[in-house]
Amino acid sequence: MVSLALEFSRVVSRFIPRGQGIGIALAGTGMVAFVVVLAVFAPYLTSYDPTRGVGPSLSPPSADHLMGTNRLGYDVYSRILYGAQTILVVVLLSTMISMIAGIPLGLISGYSGGVVDRSISVVMDSIYVFPGLILAIAMAAVLGPGMINASVAIAIVYIPTYFRMARGQTLSIKEQTYIEAMRAIGCKARTIVFRHVLPNILPTLTVVFSLNVADAVLTEAGLSFFGLSVPAPIPDWGYDLRAGQPFLPSGYWWLITFPGLMIIMLAIGFSLIGEGLNELTSPWMAKK
Amino acid sequence: MPGDPVLSIVGMHASEEHILELRRELGLVDVNGNPKPLYLQFADYLANVFRGNLGNSLIWGKRPVLLEVLDHLPATIELTIWGFFVSIAIGLSAGVVSAHRRATISDQALRLYGIVSYALFIPWIGMLFQMLFAVNLGLFPVAGRIGSGLYVEHITGLYVVDSVLTGNWTALYSSLRHLVLPSLTLGIVISGVFSRLSRNSMLEVLSQDFITAARARGLPERVILAHALKNAFIPILTMMGLQFALLLTGAILTETTFSWPGMGSFLLERITYRDYTSLQGSVVIFAIMISLVSLVVDVIYAYMDPRIRF
Repeated sequence: MVSLALEFSRVVSRFIPRGQGIGIALAGTGMVAFVVVLAVFAPYLTSYDPTRGVGPSLSPPSADHLMGTNRLGYDVYSRILYGAQTILVVVLLSTMISMIAGIPLGLISGYSGGVVDRSISVVMDSIYVFPGLILAIAMAAVLGPGMINASVAIAIVYIPTYFRMARGQTLSIKEQTYIEAMRAIGCKARTIVFRHVLPNILPTLTVVFSLNVADAVLTEAGLSFFGLSVPAPIPDWGYDLRAGQPFLPSGYWWLITFPGLMIIMLAIGFSLIGEGLNELTSPWMAKK
Repeated sequence: MPGDPVLSIVGMHASEEHILELRRELGLVDVNGNPKPLYLQFADYLANVFRGNLGNSLIWGKRPVLLEVLDHLPATIELTIWGFFVSIAIGLSAGVVSAHRRATISDQALRLYGIVSYALFIPWIGMLFQMLFAVNLGLFPVAGRIGSGLYVEHITGLYVVDSVLTGNWTALYSSLRHLVLPSLTLGIVISGVFSRLSRNSMLEVLSQDFITAARARGLPERVILAHALKNAFIPILTMMGLQFALLLTGAILTETTFSWPGMGSFLLERITYRDYTSLQGSVVIFAIMISLVSLVVDVIYAYMDPRIRF
């Protein structure tokens, strides 16, 4: 029995990668999972409408209103829950758009080289020059508020990130013997790129993805802080943080504490996942 | 900011001629009143940018955007410089300690700090500082750049420099006190990135032969670290320069949190008034600044390290 248990733990431990990476990644996953649960089960976790005054103005946290109410008597707790939906949707949508645009461009650019590569790279570099948040602010200001528009504004900022990753990886992968073999047997470029190069950049993609999502969370929060994400009554953490600031000198701490905590929890969660995965997938980095 | 900027300036009841006039002024239509294609508008704009003309603001006296930007830029630069100092001080010491005590608890803790501090949302940290140090303890002012009623003669636009130059010590004291919380906020959030850069760079130097040789001769650890830091500093400084964009983004958020009258507050104000040209001009200025800093950093790097040739 004991030997069976030992054997079992030996088998299990083979599937759990060693090193510090795993702890960091798990802690991050926990934080992100917490926010996702809040977002998904928001209707079951609160009975208040986040876009309507449901209590006295500016009342401190109590049994009725776990995180207090704001100036208009909105329940802060329910705005936190529904705000999780907003930020998650915007961030994931924008990341999808960046990936869908950036990765194929990077693959094509890296694989074909020459004029195509140079011209796509110039365009990407010129986007990359702009500080992320400032470009997103400009885009969002031109596009106007709304979930889709905010996502597009953030997406544009991060297209070069995915482009660079895909291009760099493609450049090194295309020198490998198996790609040469593909070419030798007369495989079409499109088949090589999408069936043989693309799967090989996925491990790097996961790391870049989680680090980048952490950044996108902060950019969304920044946009929303500037009032450029979703329009007003829709709950959004950055906007709530800004709306609560004027009441800070009078001591209404609950208006800013909770939205801020949520933003950094989500951002730290994704960063930890990214850093953890990074150490797991490239152990030589950890030793450094 | 959707909606016709022209209509937002003149209002819904303006006459056709007035609207047409303004459209012509903004280069949206040609002399005959026909709409100009986008690529021509873009070419016009680009040509003007090269002549240093970013167009005129759409509101309040329609001043040239360049002048408006130059009014607000020094405040941002001042904040950025102080934030940079704070982040170097924290980041460099954290990185050196972390590299020196590699794989110990303090190294792990500092590396965690490196990850976490980057993810701190600047406005929130700023507000916590405001709540703690300004509202509760009353040590520093909540917001603003200088005490009310104080005036600093405009020389460079950086209040600290200008007040020293003019010998205005009350203004110097006041502007330094106003700088503490914003530059701490900005510095702490950026320091995480710097601490990781310094750690990697220090580790690389510490593994080199001359450090082993110094250790073999029995030099005290303090001297060895000083030697290592000197050698690690060039790459650290270069990489820090390349983080300038990060610093600027941080400054924008810090400014709006602390009502600091720089580019961030300017952007926010002009977005509210749909002042397209100011918005566009600010973004162009930012891009130019970042390109310039990258260029300068590259040049300095090549100068300091003769092995680098372009």
